[in-house]
Amino acid sequence: MNDLLEFTQKLIHVSTVICIVAISVSLLLLLIRVIIGPSNADRAVALDGIGINLMGIAALISIIIVTTKLNDVVLLIGILLFIGTLAIAKYLEKGVIIDRDMD
Amino acid sequence: MYKPNDLILRTTTSVIAFILLGFAVYLLLAGHNSPGGGFVGGLMTASAIVLMYMSYGMEAVKKILPINFRTLIPIGLLIAVSTGIGSFVFNVPFLSHTFGHFTLPILGEVELATAMLFDMGVYVTVLGVTMTIILTIANDR
Repeated sequence: MNDLLEFTQKLIHVSTVICIVAISVSLLLLLIRVIIGPSNADRAVALDGIGINLMGIAALISIIIVTTKLNDVVLLIGILLFIGTLAIAKYLEKGVIIDRDMD
Repeated sequence: MYKPNDLILRTTTSVIAFILLGFAVYLLLAGHNSPGGGFVGGLMTASAIVLMYMSYGMEAVKKILPINFRTLIPIGLLIAVSTGIGSFVFNVPFLSHTFGHFTLPILGEVELATAMLFDMGVYVTVLGVTMTIILTIANDR
């Protein structure tokens, strides 16, 4: 029984490290898209993907250091990412972010 | 000049703004023994209001939320200072905080601390400052 628990813990640790490495590779590829992206919309979409990958990394790190305090951080990154992407999209579309009168 | 159609954005905003405000209240109340507190709660509330401003425009939000955010700054500072002044009533040094256990009707026994009132002041001040900065920058044309 004890051996099984130890094996499970080791399995979780190894798979989490593999996932962190995979997400890091994904972040590097997204960074290339941010740098050489031909248009600004490409950069906006790549930044969105970077934010989602950061959420994943925060969750995986909270598995490595065994804690639940990072759950708020994951939600916070998601919310700020949504608002930031919305602001970029609105600026690219209309030129203003908060407009005076919409109708 | 074409008329923009923001149906998806507006519907999403009316759902997500509630989640953001609820999360802000959670962060404010959970600040005592987990990450969070007045500062992050105020910033979350400000981001919810900014989201509403972005999707509905300045006139509509000013109609449903008739608050001059500049007046929130002195109100919050007054709350924070008055929690410090209140400690003089009980003959203890400035900004001494205390706590007690109370039995509320629905929640049962809870621990209420006066540091919460100070956090409320921080919350209101941060909300006022952030919204004042953003709306002042957005206004010039």
